[in-house]
Amino acid sequence: MKTEQLVASLVVDRAGSARPLGRAMGWAVLGGAAVSLVIFAVEYGPRVDLMPAFATWRFDFKLVLVLAALAAAAAACLAMARPVSTARWRWTVLPVLLIAASTLAAELTIVPAGYWQAHLVGSNALDCLTAIPLFALAPLAALLLAMRRAAPASPARAGAACGALASAAAAVIYAFHCFDDSPLFVLTWYSLAAMPVILLGALLGRRLLRW
Amino acid sequence: MSDPEDLSALMRAARKGDDEAYRRLLLLVASWLRSVASRGLAAAGRPHADCEDIVQETLLAMHLKRDTWDERQPLQPWLRAIARHKLVDHLRRRGFTDHVDIDDHADTLAAPPTAEAGSALDARQILAGLPERQRRIVEGISIEGQSARDVGIRMGMSEGAVRVTLHRALRALAVAYRKDRT
Repeated sequence: MKTEQLVASLVVDRAGSARPLGRAMGWAVLGGAAVSLVIFAVEYGPRVDLMPAFATWRFDFKLVLVLAALAAAAAACLAMARPVSTARWRWTVLPVLLIAASTLAAELTIVPAGYWQAHLVGSNALDCLTAIPLFALAPLAALLLAMRRAAPASPARAGAACGALASAAAAVIYAFHCFDDSPLFVLTWYSLAAMPVILLGALLGRRLLRW
Repeated sequence: MSDPEDLSALMRAARKGDDEAYRRLLLLVASWLRSVASRGLAAAGRPHADCEDIVQETLLAMHLKRDTWDERQPLQPWLRAIARHKLVDHLRRRGFTDHVDIDDHADTLAAPPTAEAGSALDARQILAGLPERQRRIVEGISIEGQSARDVGIRMGMSEGAVRVTLHRALRALAVAYRKDRT
């Protein structure tokens, strides 16, 4: 087959353009999170004091933090999906760091040093380490599937970004179950819980996202 | 190929539904790829016979991944990234692991169009490996130059079904390019 002949087929196929990448990934996160919400509803459920919790600054900042992480991970994912990687997404990490630093400073100021350890260890650490990876599985699978249509400059890094986004979505869900709202706890255990998911994403990405 | 803006404009027109702009873009890119691939092969000490296969494989990748181009960016860096990825991939499959940098050949973007020397060798084998229906549709449209509608009439399929099968065939071709060779 001559190249000019191949071009004829490509031109006929042009009209069948798929939907924009960003939208496909948005749907993947939503679809995956819906599955995780079912697991959440059946096995975990929201914390009993959810309504009063909204009135506390720790819980509110926990939500703001995980949502900011979700936005940053989404920006990273979209950047990694392209063959030419840009660094602009890194700016979206800045709000996450600022929120983390300011809540941490507030916590350390308010809480006497003797109680820091208790706040750090919390009461749900093991729960957090299992629930977040569990809730991340379905979003990760859906994201990797959507990412297969993309052309990542680095398949491993794109997979890791999918893992980060899936963990952030999982963290948003888990935040409504977990009683531990101290920034000391959230920053430590939520990050640790995301690590295996990011690693899994990178490993799967290396295999599945090659093009 | 001398005006960089031109390519981005052609792709934008193609996205809006202009088939003729898309055909022009693909042919321009093909001739650019031909000079990049032939220099890349020469630098790697590989036979020139692979050239047209690399051109077709890269063109196919560019087509299937065209949604990853961000319209706010110029098209050329995106094109170069895909070409580099495919050239490196091709050479690696053939055991050549050294670094290949097509930026060395970036000046060829302004080079005069290179004529197609011969048909791709692997493409014919890969085409033969497609399922019957997919192969007949690609052959009908590409080699016999028929429209999707005519192929549909001949094969007793709707035009939509022909397009869906064609898309599957192109994706299968891209996969076969990556996997079938050693």
